[in-house]
Amino acid sequence: MESTLRLISANPVDRLARTIEALLVVASAPLSIDELCEASEDHPERIETAIGLLRERYSEGRSGIVLEEVAGGYAFRASRDAADACSRLFERPVERGLSQAALETLAIVAYLGPCSRPDVARIRGVAADSAVASLVERGLISEAGREHGPGGAVRYRTTPLFERVFGLESLAALPRLDDLGEDAAELRDRLLEVAEARAS
Amino acid sequence: MLPTPVRELDLELDAFEGPFDLLLTLLLKEELEPRDIDIAAIVLAFVEHMAARDELDLEACGEFLVLVSALLELKARALFPDEAAELGELEPEEAAEELARRLAEYRRMKEAAAWLVERLDSEQNRFFRLGPAPLAPRTERRLASQDPLALGDALRVLAVPPPAVSLGHMALRFPPVSQFLERFRSLLSRRRLFDFDAEVEGLSRVEQAVALLALLELRKSGEIALSQSQPFAPIRVSRADSERIAEWKARSA
Repeated sequence: MESTLRLISANPVDRLARTIEALLVVASAPLSIDELCEASEDHPERIETAIGLLRERYSEGRSGIVLEEVAGGYAFRASRDAADACSRLFERPVERGLSQAALETLAIVAYLGPCSRPDVARIRGVAADSAVASLVERGLISEAGREHGPGGAVRYRTTPLFERVFGLESLAALPRLDDLGEDAAELRDRLLEVAEARAS
Repeated sequence: MLPTPVRELDLELDAFEGPFDLLLTLLLKEELEPRDIDIAAIVLAFVEHMAARDELDLEACGEFLVLVSALLELKARALFPDEAAELGELEPEEAAEELARRLAEYRRMKEAAAWLVERLDSEQNRFFRLGPAPLAPRTERRLASQDPLALGDALRVLAVPPPAVSLGHMALRFPPVSQFLERFRSLLSRRRLFDFDAEVEGLSRVEQAVALLALLELRKSGEIALSQSQPFAPIRVSRADSERIAEWKARSA
């Protein structure tokens, strides 16, 4: 018995995994490999090995807490099995009541960011002031400098919270824009068809 | 002059806080960007302001409508600066293409928004902790071991009063004007006329200036006559009576 205990505690990767576990419990945002390296004063390769160990331990169906890779780092979340129970005690306020305008603005900032309110207004054809303000208030987008030139408009980009709420490992996990929507050529043909029909 | 209710309107916007007329001034002077101004908030503030006054001021409402519509136009122009020019120069085919390109861009963003909605639906059962991060530890400043005597020595050096700064080199020494008055009077008592430039040659610029002042004093009191054949030529100084004699000679000739 005593020798078994000594064997577990003597495993350095296991000890490192426990340290990472503690760090992830304390953190309120995903921690990157670099941050975990800095805090645990260990090497990236060993951190990744320990993370692998923890992912196995904290996985769906095995634990109420699940370790996930999200927003460029690692974080704990509740298991999906416990979602109903969680929803009886807590709500997800960040995305509650997101309007269509806010979602379109969020999509534009996610794909084209950093971009300004005039950029958003140019694509959507209407002012984006209230949609941008609502997204900033929810913490889904944040300021990212200003456009060049005097009096340049404030530019915005999505926050790590956006990636977390939408369960994205990073912005690269968004679908390619080319795969979305109609082709410009198709639209142009349709526009010309409508124009000709009117003319006749 | 704006009607009182419009002038009194106090605004608290993201980009500006203050009275409405100051906002207009800043916009007209281009010190504020129209695109940064939330015009809906201005309208709301005005409506609230009018409601609080509990009286319908049609003149103020009309004036406000005119101003706000001008503001809206300014803002629209700032948001789409070259839109009209861009599209106006295009051929119908090109315009259709440009329109199609913009529609396609917007369509893609609408699709992206729809994808986000689907994603939210599928992630409804993801719960995680939200909250501020704990504070980072404060790094302690580590100082090397210190010797009190060395500190005393350092303070002693600092405690010595600094030497007084001499301003001697900045002083200008002006010889008294009276000195030159006496000198020129004595010269003219011996000679009928003299050349001013020759007399002050070798003196410093300050002394030459004081000498000129003395000369002007003598001329003012009518003791001397001055003549100069052309600008920057030597100044000739003579007794005043000799000037009168010269004038008399000129008249009798």
